[in-house]
Amino acid sequence: MLRKIRVILGVIFLALITLLFLDFTGILHGWLGWTAKVQLVPAILAANFIVVSILIILTLLFGRIYCSVVCPLGLFQDSVSWTAKRFKKKNRYSYSRALNWLRYPFVVLFIAALVIHITVLTGLLDPYAAFGRMAENIFAPVYRLGNNLLAYFARRADSYAFYPTEVWVKSWITFCIAVVTFFTIGYLAWRHGRTYCNTICPVGSFLGLLPRFSLCKPVIDPGKCTKCSLCSKNCKASCIDYKNYRIDHTRCVACMNCLDQCKFDALHYTARRPAKLSPESIGTHTGESGGLSRRSFLSIAAFFAVSKVVKAQAPIADGGLAVIEDKKIPERQTPVTPPGSVGAKNLKNHCTACQLCVSACPNNILRPSEKLSTFMQPEMSFERGYCRPECTRCSEVCPTGAIMEITPAEKSSLQVGRAVWIKENCIVTRDEVTCTACERNCPTGAITLIACGEQDDSSLKTPVVDTEICIGCGACEFVCPARPFSAIYVEGITVHRTI
Amino acid sequence: MANDDKKNISRRDFLKTLGAGTAVGAAALAGCKPAGCNTNTSSITGEVPKDKMTYRTNPHTGDRVSLLGYGCMRWPMKQSSDGQAEVDQDAVNDLVDYALDHGVNYFDTAPGYLRGLSEAATGAALKRHPREKFFIATKLSNMAPDAYARSREGSIAMYRQSFERLQVDYIDYYLLHSIGGDGVPGVDERFIDNGMIDFLLREKEQGRIRNLGWSFHGDVEAFDHLLAYPVQWDFAMIQLNYMDWHHATGRNVNAEYLYSELEKKNVPAIVMEPLLGGRLSRLNSLTQAPLRRLRPDDSPAKWAFRYAGSPDNILTVLSGMTYLEHLQENIRTYSPLEPITPEEYDALEEVTQLLLNEDFIPCTECQYCMPCHYGIDIPGIFSHYNKVVNARRMPEDAGDSNYRKFRREFLIGYDRSVPKLRQAKNCIGCGICKPECPQRIPIPDQMQRIDQFVERLRLEGGY
Repeated sequence: MLRKIRVILGVIFLALITLLFLDFTGILHGWLGWTAKVQLVPAILAANFIVVSILIILTLLFGRIYCSVVCPLGLFQDSVSWTAKRFKKKNRYSYSRALNWLRYPFVVLFIAALVIHITVLTGLLDPYAAFGRMAENIFAPVYRLGNNLLAYFARRADSYAFYPTEVWVKSWITFCIAVVTFFTIGYLAWRHGRTYCNTICPVGSFLGLLPRFSLCKPVIDPGKCTKCSLCSKNCKASCIDYKNYRIDHTRCVACMNCLDQCKFDALHYTARRPAKLSPESIGTHTGESGGLSRRSFLSIAAFFAVSKVVKAQAPIADGGLAVIEDKKIPERQTPVTPPGSVGAKNLKNHCTACQLCVSACPNNILRPSEKLSTFMQPEMSFERGYCRPECTRCSEVCPTGAIMEITPAEKSSLQVGRAVWIKENCIVTRDEVTCTACERNCPTGAITLIACGEQDDSSLKTPVVDTEICIGCGACEFVCPARPFSAIYVEGITVHRTI
Repeated sequence: MANDDKKNISRRDFLKTLGAGTAVGAAALAGCKPAGCNTNTSSITGEVPKDKMTYRTNPHTGDRVSLLGYGCMRWPMKQSSDGQAEVDQDAVNDLVDYALDHGVNYFDTAPGYLRGLSEAATGAALKRHPREKFFIATKLSNMAPDAYARSREGSIAMYRQSFERLQVDYIDYYLLHSIGGDGVPGVDERFIDNGMIDFLLREKEQGRIRNLGWSFHGDVEAFDHLLAYPVQWDFAMIQLNYMDWHHATGRNVNAEYLYSELEKKNVPAIVMEPLLGGRLSRLNSLTQAPLRRLRPDDSPAKWAFRYAGSPDNILTVLSGMTYLEHLQENIRTYSPLEPITPEEYDALEEVTQLLLNEDFIPCTECQYCMPCHYGIDIPGIFSHYNKVVNARRMPEDAGDSNYRKFRREFLIGYDRSVPKLRQAKNCIGCGICKPECPQRIPIPDQMQRIDQFVERLRLEGGY
């Protein structure tokens, strides 16, 4: 019964939080945003004491049910183990000793990283963020390709039920990390169940410190136990030492599987204390340690997508479309961070690199940073779109307070960067044609076209940026016809300000 | 009252031009019982007659030209093995064979059509038939804004190239292309000052050109200028349809004026844009109601073709037919022609008035503006906009109960028909395309207007 409740809650929760990452229409963000906000690390980063307190109280009452019902990475591992059960023999787990020498250093490391803001580490270790990266880099593309297929058929059927969306790799390093995470954790879950949660995951190990004080926990009744070992062989946390009638509650994720397995009614989830037994226990196995490979990817050199350079076609005859060369990312001295992130420092200190904002951005602006200090945290670039005035989706979904919630009205006067004009690239000077693209598309009127050369009305005009009222939305950079490098681009500012 | 008068005068002017054709048509109609007409006159189905095509005689050479002329700017295309668009020659051959077999004998192409592929494709298809079975028309398209193209040498090179591409040793109808696009100075520069007209007249004397004429879009002064030039032109091509007869949009000139001026000079007219770039074939149900009342089985396209073919001084009516079904329908329409009656003329005037009230951009998707140097899909954008206007599904009034639905359709349809980087937002306003447009659409202004409209929709967020 308890197990069934746990399974139902877990399945629902996993479905909801995955949907949060998959939805690109923005319809579900308002409804499902809470699933990310109740995650422990984001709640700590957002200084959300209510959520943190509730999670601690829940653990003190019922054990690590967070790991079994709320944590998406835990639920992902459960799904993999459950699938593996269809292909493998039953009763495949066994008790192993806790690898405390591995677990607790990770907790200490993680807390230290949180305090002194080494966000590369917190982002890499946070289980929610690890799930987010998998969702954004692996599940979301599949979902979107499926949607695009439906959109294709909808178009053929003249229906407007579906519309296509862009699918692209926003950062190859992040993509590789997500793939490695997927296969490493997937493999461990397939073979050994919850190994990751009880060796590396700092959240699991931290929450594991609490259940010894928990009100309810599973206990073995030595009077009824026949040492049949069935419970232990079905414990995905490998924490039931049936020979000594002992359960390692630091590792137990309160999945309740063992309760249903016991044929002798010797296991109970109860508030009663177990009978005192000799503290000595004999380990039969040592669990394999794994999951470290993720860290070895930090040194991968930056990947640059090299766009094909094609010269613009000269018109020979009527018809056809000129080739549009891909834009290249300009080298920005200061990265542009999304509106609501207050500034580079706030974003860096609070972001857990879960990619939820990257996945939610409908304009294809946000992508994971490839710089070490802000590794995998979002930054803006405007080759595929610009920060549209009506959109505040990243600020709505961010669970950690790295991007604070703002309204479109606030955003319209919030400066996140400033446009810089590069004369050599501008087609007005280069090709000697009239161009009004940047001026016309500037939402704040920060760009004025001024005659270059003589004070003659008929002479060509080039843009001048009023940096006081430019908000850094990137509209000018996006529409600029100069390729591959725009003649006007946005340079970030370290602290956002209201103009 | 004043309106009624004007309407009556318009009708009289148009019908006056019908002449003898009307009598034949009326007789044909009278001989057919209303009940029996439906089966044979339906424009979509029914057999395609082989020997009933209406022909007009060229007063200068005596050519018997089919009233339906084949416009060769929209041949079916396919992807070649290296991903490039190329003409589907097999399909073109089939269309040409079918057309000739059903009495169509006039084929109109130009060096620039289909990105320069049309002449060769048309020539290859016609080469398979006896030379005397068809009339071929091509043009001196020396309007590119560079000095060589407009010079005598450049123009002669283009003229000679047409012979090679078409694989012929004489051209039946040779046109000075796009008179009026660049005004009187353009005519002088491209044809008179460089001696091209004299050169072409000599070519005509030597039999390499059988008829010399020109095509006109735009500036009426250029039309008058060339018509007054001391040459007996053999023909001229004008835009004529029931909208343009009296209500030409943009800088187009009312067809009534052009037609009557040509008639005075004994210059037969060839009609282009009988459907106004397809607009007149895609009437929505409300707009076509006056037509359906009179002839429930006739398509709007049939009406438009009958209108364009009715005046006597029309030599042929061009249609750029990509699909066999279009060709068949048009052959039916002109096999034989049933001229427009006074009652029908009034119905078309009613339709015109309905169309005039629409927010339509008069783009005929002729592709002259393309390719835009900066990648904008100009005809694609206009086509989407017009499609929505035409379907009366514009998301205009936020209070309207259909607003959300229309808005979603407009935005999704826009993204479907035009990729993001080719949408109106990315127009830089350089104006290079502007002189290319034979309809004189102020393209950059329209792009800006459409983008502002789209921007207003997008600002509401989502789809």
